[in-house]
Amino acid sequence: MSAVRLYTWQRLTAVLMVPLIAVHLIIIIYATNRGLSAAEILGRTRGSIAWGLYYSLFVVAASIHGAIGVRGVAREWLGWRETALDRLMWIFGVVLLVLGLRAVIAVVAL
Amino acid sequence: MSARPHTTGYRGDRLWIAAMVHRVSGVLLAAFLPLHFLVLGLAIRGEAELDGFLQWTKSPLVKFAEIGLVLLLAIHLLGGIRVLVIENMPWRDGQKRMATLAAVAAVGIAGVFLIALL
Repeated sequence: MSAVRLYTWQRLTAVLMVPLIAVHLIIIIYATNRGLSAAEILGRTRGSIAWGLYYSLFVVAASIHGAIGVRGVAREWLGWRETALDRLMWIFGVVLLVLGLRAVIAVVAL
Repeated sequence: MSARPHTTGYRGDRLWIAAMVHRVSGVLLAAFLPLHFLVLGLAIRGEAELDGFLQWTKSPLVKFAEIGLVLLLAIHLLGGIRVLVIENMPWRDGQKRMATLAAVAAVGIAGVFLIALL
């Protein structure tokens, strides 16, 4: 993937995540204040289409953003070659995406 | 790493530190995410399974680590907004002050979390 494309995806997902992270931080503090428990988390998320969409979008954006970010760091700090960098990016991105969506299913759909 | 002309004299500068903090916090968050997802995935096997893990997070050491995670997320968010503003909006002076402000605000958010934790 071209550097321009990587840059664009990185920034688009960053902009998208600004409000998502702000909400996430508020929820973290709110839920912790109430005493974090599975019942507290699942009571909010289970069966909720809104939270399902919110977390799905968050997972997709974070997977793309994280994978491109890690690729950039490996390029500049480890000096990896382009093929290795692309491999790292795709593997890491797909792992994040699969684990993340699995977590969303776990807390929303079941 | 060899000293390249464009980096010498810049290292240790407040904005260089801001860039490093942004990078390192990003890498640490990326490393944390798979674990975060795996823990939440425990709910697949039922509420009790997830609760069992959350009990473990009640220990002081884990709570301390959680403050670190909130700080990482807050500082990466605010540092990221700083980057987006620099790249997309007209240049404005006081960049060093903005970086410091971002750091202070992130510590403030982590402080609020600490209060919620107690």
